[in-house]
Parts: sequence; C-alpha cells; structure tokens
Amino acid sequence: MSRTGETAPGVTARPAGAGGAARVPRPAGPAGRNPAWLVTSLVLSVLGAYFFVYYVPQNYAPSRVDLFTEALFVGLAATGLNILTGFNGQVSIGHGAFFGLGAYVTALMMDDRAYVEFAGREWGLGDGVPFLATLPVVAVVCLVVGALIGFPALRVKGLYLALVTLGLAVLFPDLTKRFVRGTGGTNLVGLRGADLAPPDWYDWFPDVIADPLDDYVGARDQWAYYVALVLVGLLLLAVHLIARSRFGRALIAVRDHEAAAETVGIDLARVKVSAFALSAAYAGLAGSLSVLVARQANAGRVETFQLSIEFLVALVVGGTATVFGPMIGGFLVVFFRDWIDQQQRLEDLFDSSARAKLLSPAIFGIGLIVMMFFLPDGIVGGSRRAWRRVTRRRSHPIT
Amino acid sequence: MSADVPLLRVAELSAGYGPVQVLHGIDFTVEPGEVVVILGANGAGKTTTLRAVSGMIPARGTVEFEGRSLLGTRPEKVARAGIAHVPQGRGTLAELTVEENLRLGAFARRDAQVASDVERWYEVFPRLGERRDQQAGSMSGGEQQMLAIARALMSRPKLVLLDEPSLGLAPIVTQELFRVLGELNRETGLSMLVVEQNAGLALGIATRGYVLEAGTIAVTGSAADLATNDDVRKAYLGI
Ligand SMILES: Nc1ncnc2c1ncn2[C@@H]1O[C@H](COP(=O)(O)OP(=O)(O)OP(=O)(O)O)[C@@H](O)[C@H]1O
Ligand SMILES: [Mg+2]
Repeated sequence: MSRTGETAPGVTARPAGAGGAARVPRPAGPAGRNPAWLVTSLVLSVLGAYFFVYYVPQNYAPSRVDLFTEALFVGLAATGLNILTGFNGQVSIGHGAFFGLGAYVTALMMDDRAYVEFAGREWGLGDGVPFLATLPVVAVVCLVVGALIGFPALRVKGLYLALVTLGLAVLFPDLTKRFVRGTGGTNLVGLRGADLAPPDWYDWFPDVIADPLDDYVGARDQWAYYVALVLVGLLLLAVHLIARSRFGRALIAVRDHEAAAETVGIDLARVKVSAFALSAAYAGLAGSLSVLVARQANAGRVETFQLSIEFLVALVVGGTATVFGPMIGGFLVVFFRDWIDQQQRLEDLFDSSARAKLLSPAIFGIGLIVMMFFLPDGIVGGSRRAWRRVTRRRSHPIT
Repeated sequence: MSADVPLLRVAELSAGYGPVQVLHGIDFTVEPGEVVVILGANGAGKTTTLRAVSGMIPARGTVEFEGRSLLGTRPEKVARAGIAHVPQGRGTLAELTVEENLRLGAFARRDAQVASDVERWYEVFPRLGERRDQQAGSMSGGEQQMLAIARALMSRPKLVLLDEPSLGLAPIVTQELFRVLGELNRETGLSMLVVEQNAGLALGIATRGYVLEAGTIAVTGSAADLATNDDVRKAYLGI
C-alpha cells in the first residue's frame, strides 16, 4: 500500500498499512505539570504519609485508631461502589450485602465454633484460619456472587436497578438468620481476642511500627489499622490503573452511551457484569476488614441498609468517577457520624427525650443537602474546579 | 475473497420498532471500494436501515457481509467483523478526552499500532490533534462529528456506515468533510454507506445511490444518473 500527499492512512484491515507514517510533532498541549502543582503534591504526600503511616497508629488511643480503620473500610466499600456506579453508571443501594458477605466469610473462617447450616449439613468454613488468608477467599466469593447478581441486573436500569439492589440489602440479613449458626445460635459470629491478635511475624517489624510494649491484644488496633492501610493502598492503586486502562474506558463508554459503546465493539453484558463482580469484591474485602474492628460479623436489617446508604453518600460526597473521592468521602462520613454521636451523647446527659434521638440523622441529612448544593460534583470535583480557576488566573494575569 | 461477492449484500430487509414496521423489504449492495449513498425524506427509514445492518435493532431478510450472514448478530460482533457505524447525532463519549475516544475506537483491536493510528487521524483532522486532551463533550458540533468519524476509522473497518455526517455542520465544514471522505475512499479503498441530506455533496463522492421512500427503495442508479434525475433533483437538490 503506497501513499502520497498529506493524508494516507491505511484503513483496511491489513496491518501492513500501519507502519511508516511520519509522526507529526505534537502540537503544544495544555501546559505541562507546573512546578506549583508538583511542590504542593510532594509536600502533601510526605505529610500525608507521615500522618497516616506513623502518627495515627502510634499516637492515638485504640478507639480512635479503630475509627480511622473504619473510615478506611467504609471508604474502600465506597471505592468499590464507585467502580459500579461512578465509572459504569449502575446505581446500587445494596452494597451493604456484599460488605456483610465479606465479613461473614472472614468471621466464619476464623472462628472455630460458628458454621453455616445448609442442605441439612453443617459447613464450618474453617477453624482459626489467619485473617489474611481469608482475604483471597472473600475476594473470589464476592467476585462470583457479584457476577451472579450482575447478570439479572443487566435487565434493569436506573431507578429499577436501585430498587433491585435495595432488595439485596433487605434480603441479606434474613439469609444470615436462616443459614448462619453463630454465637448462641444467632446469626452473630463473635470472635475472641486471641483470634484477632496480630500474627507472630508482625513482631519482626521495627519497633516504631509494632510496639513491643503492647501485648498482643493491645496491638490489635494497630495491626488492624495497618492491614487496612496496606489493602486500601493496593486497591486504590488498582482503581487508578483501571481508570486509565482499556477496561476503564469501556466502563465509562457504557455509562455514557451504550449504543456508541456497542458500535466500537464493546460487549455491554461482559463489561457490566465485570463491573458488578469487581465492585462486590471491593465491598466484600471492606467487610472483612470490619471484622478486625467490630470483632464480629453481624447483619441487622437496619445496619445493612444504613451501610449501603453510607457507601453511596461517601461516593457522592467525595466525588464519583474519581480515584480518591470515595475514600475521602468515607472519612467524612465516618468522622461526621462519630462527631454527631458524641454531640448526641452530651445532649442525652441533659435531655433524654425523643428530640435528641432524631438529632443525628437530621443533622446528617441537612449537612448532605447543603454540601450537594455547594459541591454538586463532590469534594474532588469541586477542588479540581477551584484549582483550575487558581492556575488559570495565574497564567493569564491580565484579563 | 472472490470478486463477485459484494462486500455488503442486503436483500428483502424488513425491520421496525415493536409493532411498527418501518422497512418493507429493501435490497441493496455495497461493492468493495464503493461509496454508496442512501437518500430519502425525513422518516423514510434511512437511520433504521443502518441500525438494522449493524445489529442495533432486530430485522428479517438477508444481511451478508463478505458472504457471511450478519442477521441477529450483536452490534459489538458486527463492529468486530469490520463494520464501523457512525450513528446519527454522533455519540461521542462526552466525558472522555478526544484521545481516549480515539483509543476506544480501537477497542476490538489487539495490535501495537493503535498509537500510530491515532497520530495519523490527527494528521487527517488537525483540529482533533490540537484538542487531544479536551473533553469530547466540550467540543463544537463539527469537531465532534470529525471525532466520531475518526473514532470509527480507528477500528480499521472494511465498511463505514455514516448517518448524516453533515448534520449541524456549517456548509464549508461539510464540504471539507466530504473532501476528506472522498480522499479516504480513493486512497485507501475504504467502502462507505452514507446516509445524507446534502445530496449534492454525497453524490459527488459516491459511485451509486438509492432513494428510500416510506421504507421501500424507489429509485436506484449510478451517482451521475441520480444527480441528473429530475425527481431526485427536485426532492433533494432543491433545483
Ligand atoms: N426508536 C424508535 N421507536 C419507534 N419508532 C421509531 C424509532 N426510531 C425511528 N422510528 C420511526 O421510524 C421511522 C423511520 O425513522 P428513521 O429514523 O429511520 O428515519 P430517517 O430516514 O433516518 O429520517 P431522518 O432523515 O429524519 O433522520 C419514523 O417514522 C420514525 O418515527
Ligand atoms: Mg436518520
């Protein structure tokens, strides 16, 4: 295939036509990374690393460290929901169910007393399996269950899909009551302190991380926090890579324009089901982490529903279809909830009327509405806009 | 591939939406290297024809591509077979950048030349090259149309279905677009099936054409014949 003149792209299916095209010099794109941005992000990441890796686990009381761990796993579940809802446009208000599934699988594998009663038999799922060894199992189980639910979800969209997933959140606690035999025959699987102790090799780490003065039970909160931190780091990196990958572009294409996605050869069903599976695995792993803090797996109707909503709130507040947004949202949701609970406790000292009981959700709801009014694209989206405004002004001082 | 098999052969094609039948058994072909134009009034069924070919709506009859039946094939499989569809109203992905849109066009490809193809389409459509990092949704209508076409070509199709590529474009941009399309066809032998209201420009680059009326083919002929046909001139060339 010879070519002449300024245009001559080989567009037939013959790959031979592809080579040889002279590369035009890239036209100047948008200004490259500017130094202000580089310095800011460098300083922020060093400070952030110091704070999260060292300061939090070494200086805060166990209950506060647990709160950080909780923020990490709520953020992680929201990150998983982001894959489905943010990038792929499928809304789920049932992710509390996948979260619960992860928690149950982990707790059942670690505990030697609890079991699942199914088909007339007792399935122990393991006795005293180390926490970390349960994670791959949880990931696989949730991938499979997520895919199984993703298939029927192909038939419905938007509000209808939201309702179907809501059904999951409602159904899951009943399923655990029906099949799980935990502590005292209930669906609660409680773990003992020794089950949750860090493994022996945790002591090999330098003293700054694994405090030798702590006994094994005392180090539980730090161990849980570090496990959550590492897992969250890895899974955030994965989202970052996915967002820029071929699969990531397919997720967005399907969200934005199904017909256009099909015309470029994207298999809608495969992309949507994969998004469901991956998203469920993230939520399940978040549930596994919750066992380290809650020391149990338990699914109440209210709690499962509330968690599902919290994941969605964290996602929307933090910023959909961004890498860090849902994690930031997770921190805000958990710390805001904690703050309100404290106010509530103070209030209860003086006034234990029903009015006080309503305070928490009311403040939460109003805060959310106000927030959405000022930052409709979430915190990350909002700060991006602000940053762009600042840098634009700087580069064009005379306007 | 033997020379007497058309690239695309459509026969007795009927299609519609639910209970509403739009196409009532139409026949046409596209030979390798041809540009074929479909003309017709609003609502005649032009878009429906392209949708039926690319598998977006169920259809009855015969749709053969390179001798193999495409009837009942999912759109993504049709795309992988080598037919790129630029739908009416473009369907660029607003949230993705220009470059991401182009890369997505090569979704079904598994070779290492995607990046060099992207550069080549930037040469053909310099406006896209200047705006490679811009979000597609913030581009002008004409730029988006170019992007939609370039994205379709990223799959290295054997046949492109273009549904009113001039829709919403300024006359000068439309002229430029058809110049590029004509050049592409001449230099690479890419086959095209074009639905177009601007009959003059479309017939200018076409080999043959069909006129669709209420879901049946009313007139067919070479591009030159259609351009001089009185009925066609009255209805589509405004003369
Ligand atoms: N999604 C749909 N559901 C139901 N009817 C439809 C749908 N799309 C098109 N139609 C109907 O099918 C008929 C043919 O439409 P089509 O879009 O194929 O026309 P067209 O020739 O492309 O017209 P135009 O030049 O306006 O694009 C019209 O009567 C239209 O109302
Ligand atoms: Mg049309």
